[in-house]
Amino acid sequence: MRKTIAVAALAAVTLGGTAEAQSARDYISIVGSSTVYPFATVVAETFGKSTEFKTPKVESTGSGGGLKLFCEGIGVEHPDITNASRRIKSSEVDRCAGNGVTDILEVKVGYDGIVLANSRATDRLEISLKDLWLALAAEVPAADGSETLVANGAQTWADVNPDLPAVKIEVLGPPPTSGTRDAFVELAMEGGCKHFDWIKAMKKSDKSHYKAVCHTIREDGAFIEAGENDNLIVQKLDANPNAYGVFGFSFLDQNSDKLQGSLVNGVEPEFENISDGSYPVSRALYFYVKKAHVGSVPGIEEFLSEFSAEKAWGPDGYLADKGLIPMPDAERDQFRGDIMSMKNLELASN
Amino acid sequence: MSSTTEAARPSIHLSPSVTARLARRHRAERRFRRYGIVAIGLAIFFLAMLFISICSRGYTAFVQTFVQLEIVLDAEVLDLGAERDARTLGAANYQGAVKQSLRSLFPDVKKRRDRRKLNGMISTGAAYQVREMVLANPALVGTTVEVWVPADDDIDMLMKGHIDRDLPEDERRVDDDQLAWVDHLLQLGRIEKRFNTTFFTAGDSREPELAGIWGAVVGSFFALVVTLALSFPIGVAAALYLEEFAPKNRWTDLIEVNISNLAAVPSIVFGLLGLAVFLNFFGLPRSAPLVGGLILTLMTLPTIIIASRAALKSVPPSIREAALGMGASKMQMIFHHVLPLALPGMLTGTIIGMAQALGESAPLLMIGMVAFIVDIPGGPLEPATAMPVQIYLWADSPERAFVERTSAAIMVLLAFLIAMNSFAIWLRKRFERRW
Repeated sequence: MRKTIAVAALAAVTLGGTAEAQSARDYISIVGSSTVYPFATVVAETFGKSTEFKTPKVESTGSGGGLKLFCEGIGVEHPDITNASRRIKSSEVDRCAGNGVTDILEVKVGYDGIVLANSRATDRLEISLKDLWLALAAEVPAADGSETLVANGAQTWADVNPDLPAVKIEVLGPPPTSGTRDAFVELAMEGGCKHFDWIKAMKKSDKSHYKAVCHTIREDGAFIEAGENDNLIVQKLDANPNAYGVFGFSFLDQNSDKLQGSLVNGVEPEFENISDGSYPVSRALYFYVKKAHVGSVPGIEEFLSEFSAEKAWGPDGYLADKGLIPMPDAERDQFRGDIMSMKNLELASN
Repeated sequence: MSSTTEAARPSIHLSPSVTARLARRHRAERRFRRYGIVAIGLAIFFLAMLFISICSRGYTAFVQTFVQLEIVLDAEVLDLGAERDARTLGAANYQGAVKQSLRSLFPDVKKRRDRRKLNGMISTGAAYQVREMVLANPALVGTTVEVWVPADDDIDMLMKGHIDRDLPEDERRVDDDQLAWVDHLLQLGRIEKRFNTTFFTAGDSREPELAGIWGAVVGSFFALVVTLALSFPIGVAAALYLEEFAPKNRWTDLIEVNISNLAAVPSIVFGLLGLAVFLNFFGLPRSAPLVGGLILTLMTLPTIIIASRAALKSVPPSIREAALGMGASKMQMIFHHVLPLALPGMLTGTIIGMAQALGESAPLLMIGMVAFIVDIPGGPLEPATAMPVQIYLWADSPERAFVERTSAAIMVLLAFLIAMNSFAIWLRKRFERRW
């Protein structure tokens, strides 16, 4: 019996000891978007190797999941930085404020293009956003020109537009949990359906219906949800030359010997075109810093200056080598200034 | 054998209807055996497919392309003043020294763009490697050293034949200039494939040529130590009590049903439980192997309890009765006689449970062990990943060179699993007693 008590006491001491260890954290904790993850990790690694600080820990939780963890409170058990492939929402700012996280620094990292790509074994596709929406939407305007919606019956790309190849529509893309899917739906799908004036007019009269029409992807097998793993999509495209895939630009960049990006609205998904905004399906990537942790967790300021150095996020920086599309010079200067002055987040533009 | 017995039987057993039935029964039996062989054949076929596909993709990761550079560790190139303390040495410009040595190898490359391409052929890890060398031996400053540094992953892929030289230039990640430079290095004998020690000694990295499995192995080790330290004593104690002491009533029946049920609960549920209890309630740190070990303990406990009870049951009652008959107390009977005889079976169950825990990644997802962690964890409270998690992370990376590293990591994990399972079989063979 005495032994049992000893064991229990030992267990209690161990647990107590761990709670103690919690009170100090000597490494930066980063969570958030899987799209920003490849870039944040490179900076974290370089930072860890070239300074005396420990390498930050980077978790890939998705933009929403990251902001949820980030907003849970102040203290070492909560992350210091969260990555997002979209801007923070006002509801999330409110949630943060409710938990005491009031001072947040917003930093834009750069841009990411979302590409439609297929195997190099077949021809390159040239498509407009309008045709893309007509090919992938669950409901499309009726063929007779009346302002009604019918279920999408297009079987081949040529059914949508005779100029396109007469090949069965087969698009592999990310599932709804993915930030890439959100961006694809908002930028490509909505960008296409806006071309119909009467649908566009709906945005003012009935916003939720407008969203449902523009954002709903067909579920009859033409659009295949291929999971979060973009490498899997790349392999499937390689095996099936008739299929197209939707994924981030960096995967196209890394697999340019196997895949070609489709021209959208006549613009090729290329580094320069995404950077200057002429490629229509691109989005900004952000990260958010908890200002209350600056100073208490060692290395945050130094990490920020590593991230915002020209050798990292500049046009010739190592992040560009990893597929990040850098911001224009003026924007980089602006966000570098924000970091210096620890500017507080303002959501006025929303 | 059957013909001799049939001959000895009376003729009624050889009537046409009986013979026909007998033939049918024999056919049924032969058919059944064939089904069995087909089933085993299929299983072996799929296993072989798995092994062949993983090994054929992964074995190339065990070698890595290195380039031999003659690096001039000039104080001026390194931006070093008169001071030689660790801090200034650590911050010196080793990247510059590496670039300088490349420039002296290829003096014709003049344009800025071309130089960038040339520098891109060497891993960013080269500068850190030189930095480590100098920090270990500051006397190297001012001398010239010959170092084999890792090549960039694209060059590595080219050397391993994963990039086709015959493709048009714009479809290749290595362009014509770089091809020519690689050929030049080959002629000089300054580029070659060597055993990839980095893969077994380093933590994770975003550069495939610098990424290693060791951080994940250490993380898995800490988690499993916690799991073993908790689940074995608790599991064995629970099994002993339930088997030897507990009264057989509705309560123990209920507990028994629940243990069997727990063994079938999907592992992600344990992860969610761990998140709610260990992280949110007890406030243990995220991403720590300690928490991973606690969750894996919950997962392996039912396996160990069930295996231990089976082992206890297989000890014949005569042993217990003999011990009691000689005047041993119940406790003495259990600890001196029953437990030693049941222990091999218990250990086998424990090792199989541990092997299961080693391959688990889903519950670790919930507690933040799926993360990019470069530093090798130094204890169960420091952030760490585990081997299956590392495989998952690499499988999701865009760089082509991570494909082979993913397969290589799977090979390492399989090697550990096979070793653990073989040990369990050996234990059983060596110590098992049959009555």
